Order: sequence, then structure tokens, then C-alpha cells
Amino acid sequence: MSGTKLRIALLWLLVPVSAIVLAFAVSSIALLAIGADPVAAFSSMASYGMKPSSLVSTINRAVPLFVAGLAVAIGFKMNLFNIGVEGQYRLATLFAAAAGAAVTLPAPLHIVFIMLVGMVTGAAWASIAAILKVKRGVHEVVSTIMLNSIATGLGAYLLSNHLRKPAVGSELLIATPPIPKSGWLPALAVIGGEELRSFLLIAVVLGIAVYMLIWRTRFGYDLRASGINPDAARASGVDPDRMVMRTMLISGGIAGLIGMSDLFGFFHAYTLDLPTGLGFEGIAVALVGLNHPVGVAIAALLFGWLDRASQILDLEGIPKEVITITKGVTILSVVIAYEVVKRLVQAQQIKAAAEATRELEVQEEAVAA
Amino acid sequence: MVERAAAVELKGITKTFPGVIANDDVNLTVRRGEIHAVVGENGAGKSTLMKILYGMLRPDSGSISVDGSEVHFRTPKDAIASGIGMVHQHFMLATNFTVLENVVLGSEPSHAGVIDLGAARERIRELSESYGAALDPDRLTEDLAVGERQRVEIVKVLYRGAQILILDEPTAVLVPQEVEELFRHLRELKAQGVTIIFISHKLDEVLEIADSITVIRAGRTVTTVDPADVTARQLAELMVGSELPTPETRESTVTDEVVLSVRGLGVLVGERWALKDATFDIHKGEIVGIAGVEGNGQRELVEALMGLRKPDAGTISLAGTDVTQWPTRQRRENGIGYIPEDRQGRGLLLPSPLWENTMLGHQTLYPFSRGPWVNKRGAREQTEHLISEYHVMTPGPDTPALALSGGNQQKLIVGREMTAWPKLLIAAQPTRGIDVGAQAAVWEQIREARAAGLALLLISADLEELIGLSDTLYVILRGSLVAKLDPATVTPQELGSYMTGAQEAASA
Repeated sequence: MSGTKLRIALLWLLVPVSAIVLAFAVSSIALLAIGADPVAAFSSMASYGMKPSSLVSTINRAVPLFVAGLAVAIGFKMNLFNIGVEGQYRLATLFAAAAGAAVTLPAPLHIVFIMLVGMVTGAAWASIAAILKVKRGVHEVVSTIMLNSIATGLGAYLLSNHLRKPAVGSELLIATPPIPKSGWLPALAVIGGEELRSFLLIAVVLGIAVYMLIWRTRFGYDLRASGINPDAARASGVDPDRMVMRTMLISGGIAGLIGMSDLFGFFHAYTLDLPTGLGFEGIAVALVGLNHPVGVAIAALLFGWLDRASQILDLEGIPKEVITITKGVTILSVVIAYEVVKRLVQAQQIKAAAEATRELEVQEEAVAA
Repeated sequence: MVERAAAVELKGITKTFPGVIANDDVNLTVRRGEIHAVVGENGAGKSTLMKILYGMLRPDSGSISVDGSEVHFRTPKDAIASGIGMVHQHFMLATNFTVLENVVLGSEPSHAGVIDLGAARERIRELSESYGAALDPDRLTEDLAVGERQRVEIVKVLYRGAQILILDEPTAVLVPQEVEELFRHLRELKAQGVTIIFISHKLDEVLEIADSITVIRAGRTVTTVDPADVTARQLAELMVGSELPTPETRESTVTDEVVLSVRGLGVLVGERWALKDATFDIHKGEIVGIAGVEGNGQRELVEALMGLRKPDAGTISLAGTDVTQWPTRQRRENGIGYIPEDRQGRGLLLPSPLWENTMLGHQTLYPFSRGPWVNKRGAREQTEHLISEYHVMTPGPDTPALALSGGNQQKLIVGREMTAWPKLLIAAQPTRGIDVGAQAAVWEQIREARAAGLALLLISADLEELIGLSDTLYVILRGSLVAKLDPATVTPQELGSYMTGAQEAASA
């Protein structure tokens, strides 16, 4: 058995290894095609990306991606495709920033309050898609994509007409009023001039909580059962409508935290400079991370590092968009390699079970004789 | 009898799948123009052998000869070109097509790219009438009865020029009267020189129709016999290699305590009552059997009882409490167990470990969970206990369910429902597709649970199982319970005529 277990573990290792090898191979071809030297490009990326300040920046970039990946992954676990994480987090960040600026609270409570507003907003926005699915049978992919557009428009309207900081003099900045210092999170450390944002710690706790929820609770069991075999889950007593509602609310609630690291650690207000597209990138991160919090963390770090390290390419005269190809190929090859390896692993498991069964039968016959 | 050239000769066929030897040096010789039965238990390797002959699988070793010359099939197309056709157990028909469209599907006759159905229509009439089974080419397939659909499948194969016909368990879906009709058609086809390979595990039928019988056991050919020389019992013993179990229950354990009381239960599917005014009781210690051709409302009945479908009329009471509006989980928690008809589709999480499968349906109860948390240790212990008590052949509770054979998967499902000590167990096809050994074990467990006071609703296509196990037997036809019969006196023949509506409602 231990031999089989080792073989299975090695097979699983094939997934990330083959994905990364393939991703860099295809990116190299793209680089060669535009007349750049892939070795030079990757080695300058490696030396720039390994600088301490780059590693800190990588983590800072990875944290929102990780949270976004978790929000998407929890839906994926039951085959619920929350494509609306993007809209959910952008509205949530806006409301959280505006609410955070409007109240005066002692430091830890202020942080908790802002996070709660974000989670409630994200969950509320996600609940629209959930209700449409449960009551009217609207597929969540369609409704969440449309709700993303609505969220963008609604956010822009609210920001410029209701939540915008009153202009001082000739200032043109479109932003919510600043959150008081009690609603800031101090840097965890400053390395090579880069601040390591302390929302990292909250994200780690969140990752552990999501892991516990999916793999240790009854709710998580029902969630996974619904994803693996919805008919069997239903026959076992899982109410599919309630499951959709709850999962969508949790996913939207987590999505509401995506912008918090930037809000607490850098911007302290909702501005047009806040990063966008994190919700969509979260889908990629969840796919590459195979919907497991540890995998999502690794994928978020990989994507964060590629973002940071690719900044150097512009200085070398290479378009850093090449890295988009690297990311795309990584996603595709992980998904394909995962399916292939899954089949190989299952064949191993079937073989092991058949062998063990034969031994058991021989033993039973010996006892009977 | 004059020795004629062999239509099909399989020599030394071996085929292995990961961990399983499906065929081990199998030999089979089928003479031209005979009906040759291949019998064996489920899992004996009959289907694999036929898939090899039909080009769906390639053997690891061995040779296939058709009419004396060796062939190498890579796809069913090659087999069809050699005049071999197969009628699958599960029909492969598009129900929204007419008979004609289904028959030509995949080999449409055309003139300059335009489908020409006129000639095909005539050919279908000719073919079907030539063996005494008239088929209207323009009828919609969904309007046809099961027996007629099977005829469409046979015509479809003949239309493609098959001279060697493989029928995989053709009687599994038919009631006795339809079987008689099928046999008439097969004899007619034989008279026209068609060679028929007939796969079955129903021995009476095989003895009736076959000219020779090859027995397969555990992937090997045991022997080929002349049906005149063997009895059904001898044949069965050749198949199993040991003595046979029977499904009979012994003395009655029925009490007068009502566990399930169903009154006027109805389910609408669209405009039609798929289940209509169903009224019956199940007592403590009683097994109530439901006989019926598939698709006559059994599914709707089970789903309404499990809370998977809201009934449109009537009430369901469990031990005196009205549970009609209860969700599935509440019914489960209050002692309704469920063995679904489709064990992989509804009963298992295939990629998940066995301990997670043991929990399924009982995940809110001790020892599987504690408050909101899954109790992995409790679930694993319960699974280990179940593995040993129900003889599930597996390395352990962490093996994924997909690694188990069908019989062992079924033993796990039966075990998990039984060990939860339900008040009421709804068992749909509990022994379908499992081998004789596992079947006997399931029957024994049902009997023991009945003696311990279980109320059981048994829905089965196996008439002997229904007659042997049930204390009370109902026949369901077009959504209605049309007859209540005494299993002690009813014969499978009588049951069959009630199931098709040939015999109208009466009470025993």
C-alpha cells in the first residue's frame, strides 16, 4: 500500500511541475517569435523577482488574489460558478471605505466594522444572483456577469454623486473621504523599502477558516457532496436551493474582503486607482489552485510573483504582456494535467483495491476450508 | 445434425482491465444459423466478450474468425462490415425520432446529398414483416412500448446487413408475454439463416430458445452444452460453481403496527398523473413489493416518499405523523432509509473515500457528526464495522468508492442503510446487476431486518425476488396500483399479465 501511496503522491506532483514547464516553454516560444531572448528575459525576471523588496511586493500582490481565489473556489467546490466576484468586491470596497470614513470607532473595532460592511455588501450583491437562480432558475454565470456590469455602473454613480469627498480647492481626485487612522492597519515589516501589509495575517486566518469549513464541517461535506454528485447529495437530504443560497452568500462575503488589504494598508479611501480585475484573476487562481486553500495560496503567490517580476521586462524593451501568456498556459495546463493525473491515480487506486480484494478472498477461502 | 462452418469462432480471448481479468482464455464457437446462448453471472465476462466480438474492445490476445477467416476489428464499423450487429441491453434510440429515422440514423440513404427515405421505408416494412413483427416506420419512437422499441433495434441492425446478431440481455426489460413474442421472432430469423448470439442469465429462457449454450464463469469458458442434456438447476450450478440461494422469506413477521400509511398519493408530470391515487400501508415487519414495468410510476412513488418530489395530491404518514411536507433530510433523520435504483447516480460519491460514502444520507447523525463538525473518526470506525459485517471487499475505509466492484458498492449502500436501523426502508432494485453471492447476502440482510421489525417497500424488476420476499404485492400500471396480490399464490406469468394490463384489476 505504501508503495501505491508514494506513486500517487508522485503522480500528483506532476501537475504543477508539468504546468510550469509547459508555461515557460510556450512563453519562450512567444518571446522568440517577437525576437527577444527568452533566457535573458527569464534570468532578468528571476534576479529582479528574487530581490527582498520584490518578494514583499509579491506577497502584497498575492494576498488579494488569494482572497479572491478563496471566494471563487468555495463556489467551484459545489459547481457553482460565481463569476460575479469582481462586481461583489468592487461594490463592497466602495461601501466599506465610505462607511469606514463616516464613523469614529476605536482601532480594532473600526477595522472589524469596515470588514463587516465589506462582507455584508459582497454577500448582499451575490444574493441577487442566488435568489434569481433559486426562484427563477437563472444560471449564475449569466446573472453574475451582468451584475458585474451593473456593479461597475452603480459604483461609479454612487461614488461621483453621493459618496465622493467634497472637493477642496482645485483638487480633481475622485475618491471617498479618507478613513481615519483608527481604520488603518500598520505594516507588518518594512523590507528593502517595501511595506509588508498586515492584512496577510487576516488572509491566513481566512484560508484556514475556509479549509475547516469545506473539509471539517457538515456544511462542507454537503457542499462537496453537491459538487461531486448533486443527485446523490439531494437524495441524502441536502436541500439544493438552500445550498446555493448559503454558498453564494459565503462566496460573496469573502469577495467583500478582497479590497481590504489595499484599503487598510495603502489607499485608506476608495479611489479610482484601486486595482481592478482581481475578481476575474481570482477565477484563474482558483483553477490553478485546484480549489484547495493551499493550492490557491501557491497560485496566488505565483501570479503575484509573475506580476512583480515582469515589471523589469519593460526596462529590457520586452513587452511584459508576454507574462499574460505564461499565466494563460499555466491555467490550461494545470486543468488538463489535473484531469490526466486524476485518471492515472484512479487507475492506481482501482488496481490496489482489486489486489487487496483478491488477498481478502484468498484469506476467506482459507478460513472457510 | 450436419456440421456447418462456424459463423463465429473466438479462440483464446484474453482481456484484462486494471486489476481485473475480464476474459481469461475464452473459447466460443457459434455455428451458422443457430441460436447460441452465452450464460454467466453478472461480471462473469459475457459483456466484455461481446464487446470484443463487436469491435468495441480489443483483446489482449486471442483470435476472432468470422466464416472461417480471421478478422481484426478496430471499431464496431469493422464488425458491421463483416455482418455482425449488436442489440444493446439499453436501447440506443432517439425517442423524438420516428422508427424510420432511428433505423437509418448513421447510414442514411442519399441521392446527391439529399436523404431518400422512400426506399428505406419499404425496406423496413419488408424486414420487419419477414420475421413476423410488423413495424410502422412512421410512428414516433416515444410512443412505442418497450418490446416494440427492441424490434426497432433489431431491424436497425438487420437494415445494416447483419447476418450475425448479438443480443445483450434482451429479455431483461421485457415482461413474460413480450419475451414469448421476441422468441417467436428469433425463431423466424433463425429459419431465415440468421445466426443469433443470445446473452442472458435467465436460464429458463435460455433453455427454451437456444440450440447450444456456452457457460462462462469468472472470465473463463466452463463448457458448451446442448440444452436437451441439462436442467436449469445444473446450468445454474455450472454458472455459479456452487449451490444456489433462493429469495424466499420464511414465516410471516407482519405486525398490525402501521409504519407507513399512504393515502391518495398523486404526482403530476406536466398534465399527466404519473402517480395516481396510491393508497397502501406498510406494517412493522412487513415487506410490500411493487411490481410493474419500468416507467409506470415507480420512480415518482419513490421520489414522493423520499421528499425528492412534492406530491400533487394525498398524504404520507410515518408512524402516525403526517410527513407529506417534510424535506428529505427530516425524513431521513426520522428513520426512512433509501436504497436508490441507480446506485452510482444517486447513492454514491464515487471519487470520495468509503467513510464519506457511509455518511451519505446520515451525515447529520451520530456517529458521523457532532454538532456542526464531521466526526471523521466515528465515520471511519462505523465504516470499518460495516466493511466486516457486510463483507465489503476493500482495502479499507479510505479507498475511493469508484475502486469497488458493483456488488461491493451495493453491499456498502445496503449496509449503510441497514446499520442506521431505519423504521422504513425504500429499496429500489436492491440486487440489480450484482452477482449471485452478493444477491444472496442482500436477501439475507433484508430478511433479518424484517424479522427485527423493519417495514420495507421493495421495488424490483426481478419477479422472483418480488414474489419470494414480499408479504404483500401490488402491481403498478400507468401510475395506478391496479392489483393487490398474494405472493404465496401468484406466478410470474400472472404477475406479468397484470403488469402489462392484459389482466384487469382483481384482488387476491
